[in-house]
Amino acid sequence: MTRREKGLTYAVVVPFAIFLAFPFYFALVTMFKTNLDLANVEHSPYLYNDLEGNFHWDFWNYATTEHVRFLFEDTNYPRWLLNTAIVGAAVVGITLLLALPAGYALARLAGRWGQGAGVAIFMVYLIPPTLLFLPLSRLITQLDLEDSLWALILIYPSFTVPFATWLLMGFFKTIPQELEDAALIDGASRLKAFGLIVLPISLPGILTVVIFAFSLCVNEFIYAFTLISSSEQRTVSAGIPNDLIRGDVFFWQSLMAAVLIPTIPLALLYNAFLDRFIKGFTGGAFR
Amino acid sequence: MEAQAARAGSRGSHWRHALESRRVLAILLIAPAVVFMVLVVGVPFVWAIYLSFTDAIGGSLSGNWVGFDNFASAWQDDNFRRALRNTFIFTLGSQAIVLVGAAVLSNFLVRDFRGKWIVRFLVVLPWAAPVVLSTITWLWLFDSLYSVANWTLARLHLDNALVWLLGAVNLEEGAQVPLQWLGRPNLALLAITVVHAWRILPFAVVIFIAGRASIPTEVEDASKIDGATGVKKLWYVDIPLQLPIALVAVLFGIVFTAADFGVVYILTHGGPFNATQVLPTWAYAIGIDSGSLGEGAAISLFLFPLLVVVSIGMLFFARRAQVS
Repeated sequence: MTRREKGLTYAVVVPFAIFLAFPFYFALVTMFKTNLDLANVEHSPYLYNDLEGNFHWDFWNYATTEHVRFLFEDTNYPRWLLNTAIVGAAVVGITLLLALPAGYALARLAGRWGQGAGVAIFMVYLIPPTLLFLPLSRLITQLDLEDSLWALILIYPSFTVPFATWLLMGFFKTIPQELEDAALIDGASRLKAFGLIVLPISLPGILTVVIFAFSLCVNEFIYAFTLISSSEQRTVSAGIPNDLIRGDVFFWQSLMAAVLIPTIPLALLYNAFLDRFIKGFTGGAFR
Repeated sequence: MEAQAARAGSRGSHWRHALESRRVLAILLIAPAVVFMVLVVGVPFVWAIYLSFTDAIGGSLSGNWVGFDNFASAWQDDNFRRALRNTFIFTLGSQAIVLVGAAVLSNFLVRDFRGKWIVRFLVVLPWAAPVVLSTITWLWLFDSLYSVANWTLARLHLDNALVWLLGAVNLEEGAQVPLQWLGRPNLALLAITVVHAWRILPFAVVIFIAGRASIPTEVEDASKIDGATGVKKLWYVDIPLQLPIALVAVLFGIVFTAADFGVVYILTHGGPFNATQVLPTWAYAIGIDSGSLGEGAAISLFLFPLLVVVSIGMLFFARRAQVS
């Protein structure tokens, strides 16, 4: 690359990165702001200020962790994190149980109609919760599951299974058929070949599915919002807007902390598994 | 005893034989996933269609058959029409931004440059963050009193100019400093469109990059030999090859935006005065808040034709991409 090309690259890439990441930078600053600093509209919102609105390089002396502590000590936030983890783990388990065999069968055994069936299953992923939440909310009430994490554990696989099946189908297709054939010739059954050969090789792909399916569960809002009404049973996505935003009173610092805490680990995981995700996501169709 | 064991054995081998048959095994492996999805997606979906033809209310799962009344009364409501219009505005507006943004950004992000990993980390953030939570950060950026956007505009002495501009292009007349980003109808439409574009862009960029990578290097070499450069290469080589996968990304964006409930609900609750309602939030307002389950179901079903069109488009372009 010439110098000019390099300069152009930065000139394009950096503004995009700033635009995309800015709300998170801003959330990071806000979560440690003191009330006096936040409430004074003359003070710069980008930095920490003293009482006169001046910035000092030892800015941490003008910031506070009290709102993060408030979040963990005086709200149900820890409980929501735990609920989210429980629901996510259970849903990922159910998802793998259903999607691993289906994805493998669609990639290897189903032949010509496998591709069609795979696309059909994926289309289910495109039927949005907004079409289904009204009847499901009534159904869950009839089953006496309202206000229970079980409701979410039962319903969330409806979008993780098609998504995971599609990804896994893509991953399984990238594994050389010869490896399995060798095992079959050696007298192993298909299921054995699947368990002993295919599964271990696909572990990175399976891990990718685990992460993205889990993240779909953390993301989900409308079911968690309509099916759960008590604060203790909420997940983070439903709990934060419901309980931490009360009328006109906003706990901005605590809110921003609540937003960033689940986001950062998810972002790190996304980056670590992004390339694999793309391989599986596009591998199903574009090969 | 022995005969029994032999029979059991032969039955066992019969089973084992069946398991080795591709077709039987395939059906057995796929069936649990399909049965599950029929139960948790198929049944509620059919139920939603049934409910939309009844006068079901509140906590009941059934009602009297009313034919197309719910669809008709939804259609005659101005709020519904606005919700339908807004759904299109948000979807088309944000995807237009995404398409251009992703085409430009992916073009530069495939290059090698120092600090690429941190740029990529920052670019992917809005996608990795749970939607509802990242939308709350935008609620803070657009706050009526503490908005950082207004603070910055005021410091740059651009706030009055922007207010004048909004009036001059007839977007928002009579607006005042500080701007109420989420409190004025047209400004709120604009703000929500930007938030949707912001959250979909990273996904589209990533898919665009994958599409770029899927083009064989021979094509690149061949076009070089044939002397295709610059705009010519862009028009005859790059765009046609990347179009199918780019369209798949956009079609996904359309579904994610049109069916989204959280962004509008968090930012405006559909307000001010229902000016930013979309089909999902309006369905919620009617179906849950007002308790008219049947009409709520009818409203949400207006999304369905859009989804069918998108799905067909997806199948078509996925096949095109496969051929190339």
